[in-house]
Amino acid sequence: MALELKSVAKQVDGEVHIHPTDLTLAPGSFNVLLGTTLSGKTTLMQLMAGLERPTSGQIWFDGRDVTGVSVQKRNVSMVYQQFINYPNLSVYANIASPLKLARIDKAEINRRVMEMAELMRLTPMLDRRPSELSGGQQQRTAMARALVKDADLVLLDEPLANLDFKLREELRDELPRLFADRNCIAVYATTEPMEALLFGGNTATLHEGRVTQFGPTMESYQHPRDLISAQVFSEPPMNAAKVTKQGGEFLLGDSIRWQADASTVALADGSYRLGVRPHRVTIRPDGAQPVAIRGHVRIAELSGSESTVHFDLSGNDWVSLSTGVHDFDIGAEAEFHMDVSRAMYFDDAGHLVGAAGGRSD
Amino acid sequence: MRKTVNQKAWFFILPVLVLVAFNAILPLMTVVNYSVQETFGNNEFFWAGLIWFEQVISSPRFHDSLIRQLIFTFSILAIEIPLGVIIALAMPRKGMWVSVCLVLMALPLLIPWNVVGAMWNIFALPDIGLMGYTLNAIGFDFNFTRQIEDAWFTLLLMDVWHWTSLVVLLAYAGLVSIPDAYYQAARIDGASSWAIFRYIQLPKMKRVLTIAVLLRFMDSFNIYTEPFVLTGGGPGNSTTLLSIDLVKIALGQFDLGPAAAMSLIYFLIILLLSWVFYTLMMRNEE
Repeated sequence: MALELKSVAKQVDGEVHIHPTDLTLAPGSFNVLLGTTLSGKTTLMQLMAGLERPTSGQIWFDGRDVTGVSVQKRNVSMVYQQFINYPNLSVYANIASPLKLARIDKAEINRRVMEMAELMRLTPMLDRRPSELSGGQQQRTAMARALVKDADLVLLDEPLANLDFKLREELRDELPRLFADRNCIAVYATTEPMEALLFGGNTATLHEGRVTQFGPTMESYQHPRDLISAQVFSEPPMNAAKVTKQGGEFLLGDSIRWQADASTVALADGSYRLGVRPHRVTIRPDGAQPVAIRGHVRIAELSGSESTVHFDLSGNDWVSLSTGVHDFDIGAEAEFHMDVSRAMYFDDAGHLVGAAGGRSD
Repeated sequence: MRKTVNQKAWFFILPVLVLVAFNAILPLMTVVNYSVQETFGNNEFFWAGLIWFEQVISSPRFHDSLIRQLIFTFSILAIEIPLGVIIALAMPRKGMWVSVCLVLMALPLLIPWNVVGAMWNIFALPDIGLMGYTLNAIGFDFNFTRQIEDAWFTLLLMDVWHWTSLVVLLAYAGLVSIPDAYYQAARIDGASSWAIFRYIQLPKMKRVLTIAVLLRFMDSFNIYTEPFVLTGGGPGNSTTLLSIDLVKIALGQFDLGPAAAMSLIYFLIILLLSWVFYTLMMRNEE
């Protein structure tokens, strides 16, 4: 029951929305599509669902070519960012609607709706209409509708984006439990790397209509294939700068230099792109190999017990993420420390060529 | 924070109040004044109590006009609302044809009412009118100035031509405000086009349709210019709607008292029926 995209591409009016993509989603898997707005997440989902037909390429499901099969004839369900429910039907009738359309008998419908309502904690609201529910309850109704019909493929297109922080956390915690004992392929689109890490499963990073990497979430996070994947899978985005390797040393700008370690010493001399995640750039020295860097502070933000500082490092916009509350004068020069034992090195084409310590996180 | 009351606001709405007083409240009070008095000219008035109201309510002439008015209004509602919805559903949602359709739809609404009446009068004339002549040429005995059914047919057709566009535009506005995701979700559920209409489009159009029904009800109940120019209320009294009758009594016969009483009754009927419509259509909103 795997879903396979075979060099699927989509163009609209000559504009490329999805570059040729190969992707295989395993049965029972939870897959995250991670990318910024307009990176092609929604288009890719619509192609998977059969709402859109690919310009070229094929889509196979369960060993069968389903490229031209309409969405009605596939067993698919979808949850949207907006809370989509039938406005004049009760919550019960909303959840029951896909089952009714599938002509399942009444007693069975009732059993499944009640079970799903219980799971979604909607039992007390079954007689209400969607407009009488909170945003979270409306989205839970939409999810119940998507899950009740036991679809083979469940697509969730940023379902939590329109919810307020608290409800988002709540539903985010519930999601893995809902999919745990289902044999469907779940696809979850999000702009937040943190959600991908929370859900585990597999993650595909998308950038400008291209799947730049696909694999188990931790694997993708720790071993990004290239700079773009690493930047997509990092919030705030990964810091990058040009460095030069000379002998056993890396040189950033004129004065910042550090020793290559066991996993990077073999790299040929030349220029590379350095990638360091913001939480490895801290105000106080931290980690195995901190290197002092200096830059002018552009923006300093406090969020709870974390300080996010944007600063200028030899013309690059860098971000430092430190625990604790720190005070900075905008425009003043400040010292930061990057832990190069967690740094990554990319070649000019952007491919990962070396990661200190064999991985980066 | 202390809530401050800004008295300056009164200053800004004062001009509107004065304007409304002059063009609505004062004329209305004049009508109320006439409706309870009798006059024999010379600007002499005598108290008449409620006799004009009794006279109007028990007059067969008023009953006939009212029945004709109700038949007219409910006929055009029964035609224009469904027709408007059907046309709105058939209109394109995107692309260059949207503006073409919208302009075409708006055209009838831009034509002055008396011109609409004159246009249709000429259009329907059996000897020279395009429609009248054609109908006769293909074998129908069509003459709207002599035959009651033909007069009604022309009258209804004219109103449908003139005002269905309004319903179309309102319904269309309701339809385009439905996010695409609703249609996608319905397709994923496997819903038929009827189910999409019944459970998504219709509920989402409900508010604009309520407004369309109310506007068309009130406007058609008040209609005067177009039937006056088209048929003048004839043949006989067969298309004499309430407003035409009212003008005949007030300006033709100069019976100010009964005409004033009739105006007020007319006004109350519109108010009552509008309220009934509104309540019925909004019943399930809560």
